[in-house]
Amino acid sequence: MNILKFIETFTDDSLMARTGSRRDSFTQFGNIGRNLALASIPFGLSAMANKALAKDITATPATPIGALQFALTLEYLENEFYAMALDSGVIPASENGGRDLKVFQQIAAHESNHVKFLIAGLGGTMSANFVAKPTFDFTVGGAFDPFHDYPTFLALAQAFEDTGVRAYKGQAANLISTPDLLTAALQIHSVEARHASEVRRLRSLKGWISNSERGAGMPAATQAVYDGEGVTMQAGFNTAMAFGASAGSEAYDEPLTTQQVVDIANLFIV
Amino acid sequence: MKNEVKIQEVNPSLDSRRSFLKLSGLTLVSAGLVLAGCSNNDNEDDMQDNSLPGIKNGVFDLGSGDFGVLTYAYALEQLEADFYTKVVNSSSFNSVFNDTEKQVLTDLYHHEVVHRDFFKAALTGALPDPSSQLLPSLAFNYGSLNFNSRNEVLATAKALEDTGVAAYNGAGRLIKSADYLLLAGKIVSVEARHASAIRSLINPNSKDFAGDDIVNTSTGLDVAKDPSKILPIAGGFITTKFTANYLP
Repeated sequence: MNILKFIETFTDDSLMARTGSRRDSFTQFGNIGRNLALASIPFGLSAMANKALAKDITATPATPIGALQFALTLEYLENEFYAMALDSGVIPASENGGRDLKVFQQIAAHESNHVKFLIAGLGGTMSANFVAKPTFDFTVGGAFDPFHDYPTFLALAQAFEDTGVRAYKGQAANLISTPDLLTAALQIHSVEARHASEVRRLRSLKGWISNSERGAGMPAATQAVYDGEGVTMQAGFNTAMAFGASAGSEAYDEPLTTQQVVDIANLFIV
Repeated sequence: MKNEVKIQEVNPSLDSRRSFLKLSGLTLVSAGLVLAGCSNNDNEDDMQDNSLPGIKNGVFDLGSGDFGVLTYAYALEQLEADFYTKVVNSSSFNSVFNDTEKQVLTDLYHHEVVHRDFFKAALTGALPDPSSQLLPSLAFNYGSLNFNSRNEVLATAKALEDTGVAAYNGAGRLIKSADYLLLAGKIVSVEARHASAIRSLINPNSKDFAGDDIVNTSTGLDVAKDPSKILPIAGGFITTKFTANYLP
């Protein structure tokens, strides 16, 4: 495990000034806490770090805790994005029988719950494992205008949900040693996939990803979300054989590595 | 044997018979899982049998461990593939469904057939003796289900897709190989995309795509169910008898 990398990743005031004890934190989560304890990070070392004002996030370690911290950062991003959108009024309330607003209220509620769930899973905000919310800029320095332009909001929502699906999938192997955490992550993963499907269908696309296409109306900057999705060989089986490459690739979602997701997320972190 | 130790730790004061039986069941499953990872070990013949699918006491049993989970998934994908094959081949498919619905159902047919054929190929390649250990092609019966009814087809599709999501979510923890876990993960999110789309077709102007009936309203978690909870649901449509005595 690359301790230094980890320390650099999430060093901030909340990590430096923790007060809760590790043991208390873990009791909150029952069996999950026990599994976490088995894979715990050497917390004492983090006090040595002194990287104030960290901006870009970097890859979390390939451990169960690292996977949860990574997931929490992504959920922070989604949660803030939808909360800001609902506050901004950019989502139409009356069109399609109020469909858009109902959809995003539901998605926002889930993302908020995911944030709370993952913070609890990491032992609470006082835990040594807690990571604070980065500062997001969803305009990417003014390149996007998601809270005034609804199509831009929809495009970013699709990008975030499709990224979320691929990101959780990429963490599965890091959670295989902790079955309770793995199950919880899978239970979030499928919710992200339900979201992705609905957002895509709101945008008049298929709910699933064909080849590595980002879909009509998606900014070119989102292509990183879709690169590598066009795989048609699965464990030596050619999924394109029966109905062609589009159907074969749609039938499987591909993972993104931690670093690939970090690179996508950093576009929105200042 | 690490799993057994962990179970003991979590339940330090076992005193009732009921707890003991529960523990025994868990231990049996754990042992099967552990041994599935070392199926070439000739010293464990007794337990090894339980980890492999095949005829036991005259009935095909799914087995346990990675092969058991993959065979379980193969059974479920057979059901989904068969269902959508019947849907798209129904005489009134083109008149009952609108263009969007036809596109969704045709895509689901494609995806599920690909999933089914994938599991068949993967298991055939991985099982030590596929001629006796590969789950046979199952037979299905949908009872009074009317394939010419839009509402009945979509309602059944919704049930199958939600069941598929819960099944994969519940089975992930039973998988020991990271490669197999990733493959299951690649499929479950597509099943969730399906479930969302079907729910959205049934009730478009709503939050049903990830409704409160399926996503926990305080945790934001989808459903996860053990095979023993899933098979009675799926089994309603499967007429070929099989057992899953070594899956939880």
